[in-house]
Amino acid sequence: MSTVLEMKDTVRVPLVRIAHARSGDKADWVDFGLFAWNAAGYALLAREVTAERVRAHFMPWLGSDMTGEVDAWLLPNLLAIKLVLRDALQGGGARNLRLDNLGKSMAGALLRMEIEVAPAELDEVLATPRVGWWGEVAP
Amino acid sequence: MKSIRIGAGLGFYGDNWEPVLATLERSNVQFIASDHLAELTLAILQKDRQRDPALGYARDVVPMLLRLWPLMAERGVRFVCNAGGLNPHGAAQAVLAAFAAKGFTARVAVVTGDDVLPQLLDASKPASDLAHLFTGDPLAGVRERLVFANAYLGAQPIVHALDAGADIVITGRVADAALFLGPLVHSLGWKLTGATEPQDLDRLAQGLTVGHLLECSGQGSGGNFGSQGAWQAIPDLTHIGYPIAEVWEDGTALITKALGTGGRINFDTVRQQLLYEVHNPHAYHSPDVVLDMGHITLHDEGHDRVRLTGARGQAPSDQLKVVAGYRDGYKAEVTWGFSWPDAWDKAQAAQSAILTQLLEKRIPHDELYIEHPGLNSAHGALAPLPDAEALNQLNEVWTRMVLRTPVKAAADGFGRLFPWLALSGPAYTCGFHGLHNTSELLGIWPTLVPRAAVEAGVCVELLEGAAP
Repeated sequence: MSTVLEMKDTVRVPLVRIAHARSGDKADWVDFGLFAWNAAGYALLAREVTAERVRAHFMPWLGSDMTGEVDAWLLPNLLAIKLVLRDALQGGGARNLRLDNLGKSMAGALLRMEIEVAPAELDEVLATPRVGWWGEVAP
Repeated sequence: MKSIRIGAGLGFYGDNWEPVLATLERSNVQFIASDHLAELTLAILQKDRQRDPALGYARDVVPMLLRLWPLMAERGVRFVCNAGGLNPHGAAQAVLAAFAAKGFTARVAVVTGDDVLPQLLDASKPASDLAHLFTGDPLAGVRERLVFANAYLGAQPIVHALDAGADIVITGRVADAALFLGPLVHSLGWKLTGATEPQDLDRLAQGLTVGHLLECSGQGSGGNFGSQGAWQAIPDLTHIGYPIAEVWEDGTALITKALGTGGRINFDTVRQQLLYEVHNPHAYHSPDVVLDMGHITLHDEGHDRVRLTGARGQAPSDQLKVVAGYRDGYKAEVTWGFSWPDAWDKAQAAQSAILTQLLEKRIPHDELYIEHPGLNSAHGALAPLPDAEALNQLNEVWTRMVLRTPVKAAADGFGRLFPWLALSGPAYTCGFHGLHNTSELLGIWPTLVPRAAVEAGVCVELLEGAAP
C-alpha cells in the first residue's frame, strides 16, 4: 500500500518540459548538452539525470551488442549537464546506415526521457523565470 | 583597452554566406573566419581529388570570396578559412584565378603540413603507435585501406601568415577554433608558443572558447535550437545573423550579431553551442590550449549580447590529434512506400520478400538495416509506434532498406531486387528509388601523433600579386 501512496507523491515528467538540448557526433560517440531553463530546473536535472539512467534510456536504441557507456559532467555554472554516449553511431558517421547518421536528432530522443519529481518541484520550475533574454516575445 | 571584432563565416562546406554580408556591412569587424571542414568533409574531398588531382578543396570558397571580397577589401577585413581541405594550394590557385578574372587583388597565404598520410602508411613505424583513440585498436587492421590522414594544426601558422601581411589565409585541416584564435593572437599580441603562465593560458582559453562559439555559423546565434516551444520565439531564421565576437586584450569577450538580423544571442543559444561536441568540458583539447569550461560565466546582457569570462587554460600536450579515413565496404539503399489500406502490413510483406531473396540468391552482406521514414528513422527504438491496428490505418508507410557489404557487386545489384514488386507485390506502392546508388563507406580513425614530427613540416607561403 505504501508504494501506491509514494507513487502518488511524484509525477513522471519528460525532460522536454523542463530542459533544452543539442546533440552532435565525434567518431562513434554521440555528444549531448542538456540545459535547464533556470536554477530550480537544474537542481532536478542534477539529481535525476544520472549516467546510469541515461544509459538505460538509450539501451533499446543501442541494441544489446553495444556497451553504450555514458559519461556525465555537471556544470552548475551553465545550469547544464554534458553527456557522452559511446558506441552509438554504428562505428561513426561515414559508415552509419541510419538516415540520421550523425546523431543530430538524438537530443530529441534524450528529451523524451522521463524523470520523477514532486508536483511542487515541477510547479516551482515552471513558475521560475528563464535566465536567458528572450525579448518581448518570451516563450 | 584594445579590442578586435571577428565574425563567423561558414560552418560547413555548403553553408550559406549571405549572412556574412550583414556582418560586413553593419558590424565593423576586422576578421571573418570560416570553417568549411566537418569531420567527414575530407572524405568527400578525397573522392573529388581521386577524380581530378586539381580538386580536393572546398570549392564554395571561390564563389563565396567573389561575393564577399569587394566588401572586405573596402573595409580592410581579412579572411581566414580551412577551405584548402586536402589541397590548400589548389584552393589558393582557384581563388587567385577567379580574382584575376575580376581584377581583384589580395595577398593569399597557404598553410600546409597537416597531411600525415605518408607517416601513417610508413610500415616501418610500429602501428601500435597509432592506436585508435577511443577503442585502442592497432592501426594495422586498417592501414592498407587508409585514404586520408590529417593532423589538426593549431593557430600558430595562421598567426604567422597574418604577421606576414596576408589578406586571405587558406589552410587545410586545423582545429576549427584555431581559425578564430589565430587572428586574436595576431591582433592582441597574446603569447601562444610556449605559453605556461596562467594569465597567458587563460587568455588563450577565452580565445578558443570564442572560436568554438563562432565556428558553427548560425548554430551559435539561435539556429538548430533544440527545444519544445522555445525555438519559435527566435525571430527570422531566414535572415539569421551569424555570431560576432568583440574580444579585449585581457580575453574578455562579447558575443553578439549584426543589428537587424534574425536569430537570437542569449544565455540559452550560446550555451547550447558552448557544449556542442566538446566531450569532457573540463579538458577540451586543442593544439593550442586545453580548455576548462567549469568556471565560465555567460552574462546575458539582453538584446543579443552575451559576455563571456572565466575560461581557464592549461598547456596543450605534445601530441596532435589526427583523423584518418579508411575504406570500409559499401552500402546500397532503397526507399519506397505503400499507401492505405493495410500500408504497414504490406510494407512488412514486401520487406520479408526482399529478405527471402537475399538468402536465396546468397547475396553477401554484413548487415541489412531497415527503418521507416516518418515513423522511426530519427529515434529508432525510442520512437513510440502506434499499435498494430493504428499502424494499418496510417495513410502511408515508407521503408528504407540499406545493405552493408564488403562486395561492391553485391551493393550494385541490391536495387535490382525490388522493381518486380511494382507489378507482382502488394498493391499501391510508389516512390521507389535506389536502383543504382552504391556508395563507399569510410571508417574514421582518430589517433594521436607526436607534435614535433608534424610541426616540422608545416609551411606558410605568401602568394603575392593576384591580378595579372
